[in-house]
Amino acid sequence: MRQMLNVLFVTKPEVYMGLQGETIVVREDNKTIARYPLHNLEGIVCFSNLGASPALMEKCVQNNISICFLTPTGRFRARVIGETRGNVLLRKKQYRVSDMEERCLDISRNFIIGKIYNEKWQLERYIRQYSLRVPVEEMKLASGRLSKYLTEITESENLDQLRGYEGMAQTVYFGSFDPMILNQKSDFFFHGRNKRPPEDRVNSLLSFAYTLLTNDIATALETVGLDPYVGFMHQDRPGRASLASDLIEELRAPIADRFVLSLINRKQLKSNDFEINENHSVYITDSARRTFINAWQKNKQEQITHPYLNEKIPWGLVPYAQALLLARYIRGDVDQYPPFFWK
Amino acid sequence: MYILITYDINVTSTSGQSRLRRVAKICENYGQRVQNSVFECRLNEAELLKVKKQLLEVINMDMDSLRFYRLGDNYDKKVQHMGAKKTYKFDDAFIV
Repeated sequence: MRQMLNVLFVTKPEVYMGLQGETIVVREDNKTIARYPLHNLEGIVCFSNLGASPALMEKCVQNNISICFLTPTGRFRARVIGETRGNVLLRKKQYRVSDMEERCLDISRNFIIGKIYNEKWQLERYIRQYSLRVPVEEMKLASGRLSKYLTEITESENLDQLRGYEGMAQTVYFGSFDPMILNQKSDFFFHGRNKRPPEDRVNSLLSFAYTLLTNDIATALETVGLDPYVGFMHQDRPGRASLASDLIEELRAPIADRFVLSLINRKQLKSNDFEINENHSVYITDSARRTFINAWQKNKQEQITHPYLNEKIPWGLVPYAQALLLARYIRGDVDQYPPFFWK
Repeated sequence: MYILITYDINVTSTSGQSRLRRVAKICENYGQRVQNSVFECRLNEAELLKVKKQLLEVINMDMDSLRFYRLGDNYDKKVQHMGAKKTYKFDDAFIV
């Protein structure tokens, strides 16, 4: 398994990234404020408005270091990708599969099974661990309904039906999301998912976590030679990493949702870590973003045993492991894509 | 694996000055400068060989010296920093 390297987050809005030898140099007002050797990095996530030098971009592309640009508020702007290399045969096969409704359904079904299974598990964990603090009956009911959807999904006959079940399962799961917020309940609440812009603190945290996760997944897909822009369940649309959107489904609950809930419940973020704008959009402040990212990276280093590979890997490599399995499935080495079942 | 690289370059001659600059430049490519001629690096075996080779091509074996310390994988417990010159930890998130 690949080694997990560091990701550099550039959160200051007015800094410029350049290349010097084999190191990235971060400058603010023409003063070097940081430098890191590139061989320790696997990605750069940049919230700055000034950007990076072409020389740095070239070096990163050559060394498989992803660069992703976000707006200072964390909305996705662009990703840098170089010359498309790697396994042409694999990619061609991926395109063919994406055109076959039947195969798309097979694989999408597994994405969604993984997703609902993990959401159910998220609920079950809270029921078990905090039986005195959550409405157990209500959540048990939700978990039971998710189980029902799981069996129904295996019988779904087309993508639309599948999407329908997914939507219903999503409503059930998010209906039980608010009870999992155990602390700071007056400031952190969840009455439904909203985005662009997020209208409450929890939604803004979820959006930010999903952005980071999508980026990790797109990078992982590219590393194994798949095209992140050609999906099976999400329709192709220019500029959308559809395959990354497919793959994130099964990883939302165990990686992003769990992370956001623990940030709130451990009180690592407080109500004043957010800015509320006139249009009711809510964003985290710069200093809180550092707390968020630090915890996010720490979380990635925690070890789990991958349920399918039976190997101990850090959480941060789970997207990579799944991308690898997906490539194997597309190549025909395994007859089903094994989704990530959280244990 | 964590490696500490230290060097002493004899700078009495002008060629010494240029060797010093070149050595520093190579080290900066592989790790972080923690003191004037001390670098901490996270390297694998291949990368370590690469730095060694590059440095050996530059230094003058009669006048300069190089030292490599292997700190193993558990870097945190072995290094303590006090005073000025803040450094970053390789395992922490890199945030600017």
